[in-house]
Amino acid sequence: MINLLKQPEYKACRDGYGEALLELAKKNKNVVVLCADLEESTRTIDFGKKYPRRFVEVGVAEQNLAGIAAGLALEGKIPFMSSFAVFSPGRNWEQIRISICYNKANVKIVSSHAGLNVGEDGATHQALEDLATMRAIPNMTVIAPCDYLETKKAVMAAAKFKGPIYIRFGREKTPVITAKQSRFQIGRAEILRQGKDVTIIACGPMVAEALKAAEELAKQKITAEVINCHTIKPVDRGTIIKSAKKTKRVVTIEEHEVNGGLGSAVAEVLSQNYPVKMEIIGMPDKFGESGTAQQLLDKYGLNKNAIIKAVKRLI
Amino acid sequence: MANNIAELKKIANTLRIDVIKMLAKAGSGHSAGSLGMADIFAALYFNILNHNPKKPLWDKRDRLILSCGHIVPIRYAAMARSGYFPVAKLMTLRKLGSPLQGHPSYIDMPALECSAGPLGQGVSVAVGKALAAKMNKQKHFIYCLTSDGEHDEGQTWEAIMTAAKYKLDNLIFILDRNMIQIDGFTEKIMPLTHLHQKYLAFKWHVQQIDGNNMQEILTAINKAKKIKGKPRVIIAHTVPGKGVSFMENKWEWHGKAPSLEEAKQALKELV
Repeated sequence: MINLLKQPEYKACRDGYGEALLELAKKNKNVVVLCADLEESTRTIDFGKKYPRRFVEVGVAEQNLAGIAAGLALEGKIPFMSSFAVFSPGRNWEQIRISICYNKANVKIVSSHAGLNVGEDGATHQALEDLATMRAIPNMTVIAPCDYLETKKAVMAAAKFKGPIYIRFGREKTPVITAKQSRFQIGRAEILRQGKDVTIIACGPMVAEALKAAEELAKQKITAEVINCHTIKPVDRGTIIKSAKKTKRVVTIEEHEVNGGLGSAVAEVLSQNYPVKMEIIGMPDKFGESGTAQQLLDKYGLNKNAIIKAVKRLI
Repeated sequence: MANNIAELKKIANTLRIDVIKMLAKAGSGHSAGSLGMADIFAALYFNILNHNPKKPLWDKRDRLILSCGHIVPIRYAAMARSGYFPVAKLMTLRKLGSPLQGHPSYIDMPALECSAGPLGQGVSVAVGKALAAKMNKQKHFIYCLTSDGEHDEGQTWEAIMTAAKYKLDNLIFILDRNMIQIDGFTEKIMPLTHLHQKYLAFKWHVQQIDGNNMQEILTAINKAKKIKGKPRVIIAHTVPGKGVSFMENKWEWHGKAPSLEEAKQALKELV
């Protein structure tokens, strides 16, 4: 982990995705990429240019995108299908449920522009329900990497993993907080910072906010344990329960609705195994609106200040 | 393999008898479409398909996708009669623990090629399989059975466009044009009008046949296999409920199974 105070580098997760695809293309000829008229924005464009025979452009048709990916997977290909999260899995949930998950088709659904950070585009384009809808389907694995490097690792790991996976990230450049050599394992949450007073569990770009909050809390003599829970399903029960036993207080934060996402996954684990006081931070059952990414994250309380306030309520 | 028209017709009749028995035993299921497509299933499994029931996942096999998955009883009957599994197993249709699920389940029976039922999904999967075969330079054909009602779904047209774009001449659609869907006649529920003109406009090769005429079925499929450079559709005009007088052309039989009494009557007619 890189110290946030040392001016981290800012990079977009989708660039990590695009680079990982090029690496995978060389390693495995069965890797194919499907796109629904967003090759530039989802960073699948370079793969498409370099490997046109392994690239399928279906146009603005996300249901068909999912079905074709399933057909390719059932014939032994490893398809990565990409769009904006609001369209895929927003538009094609039933195709993902049957053609991909029920068939156990080895499809990798990688979606960009998830969350509030698409800002100016407004509520229509702010996918804030995707973790919940994907988490509900059997056979699905759900990952929200926290930065550019972790996205790259998640994509490489997804290619090796057998079965359907959903990976989501935002559009914006965010601080690179993980290190090149740090290990990424699907289903294994990572403790980024040890603490004993409270556990902060985050995913996606909110991991950086959790680290900033922990830094400030430390100055106030509150030590926070920070967990990067990149895999929302299957969630790392062991790490979550162990930390809750130690701190007795848990705050979760995600760039997603409070209904059905990371907070819900953590609450399901704790309520049935080791109930502790909890605060779930996320979009409060609301649609977003236009504004800059930062304005929106601040307005809806998706930042370090919201975490600090929640911690104070618990202590 | 049966080359003789009379023999194939006889097989189709056997499959219809199986379907009636299966549905009556299950107590639910889709009668009309299953009976209407019996001739096409007999033609496929006993003449057209390059397949090996003893090695159902043989790499070079033709792929058959049943996108209108609700008529899967007729497929199960054709599979059992061609040696994929014992005929006795047909009577487990829709029962707990049976691989003969109410709609095709790939995990329970991989020879089905994919799960299907929710309309529009199988057509996209078929396009994906055809693309994979092109990428792999494989020579097998991909047959996709679809229904007229399925063309209400937007996804079906998305798949049709993609197949034309990629000139998938390893892909053959057989479209069951039986004019009924669950709530009534197709032209009343959602008029599809001239499907052949729509396919032509989408740059497909189109044939129209009597889907209950064995000779026409064989001729059309063999012709379709030879067309190069574009995907092919055979619009098969079938009689829903074919062979059972009180079911024929009755949309009410789309999603209904015969009672034991009705089954008895139907079996008398199918002898």
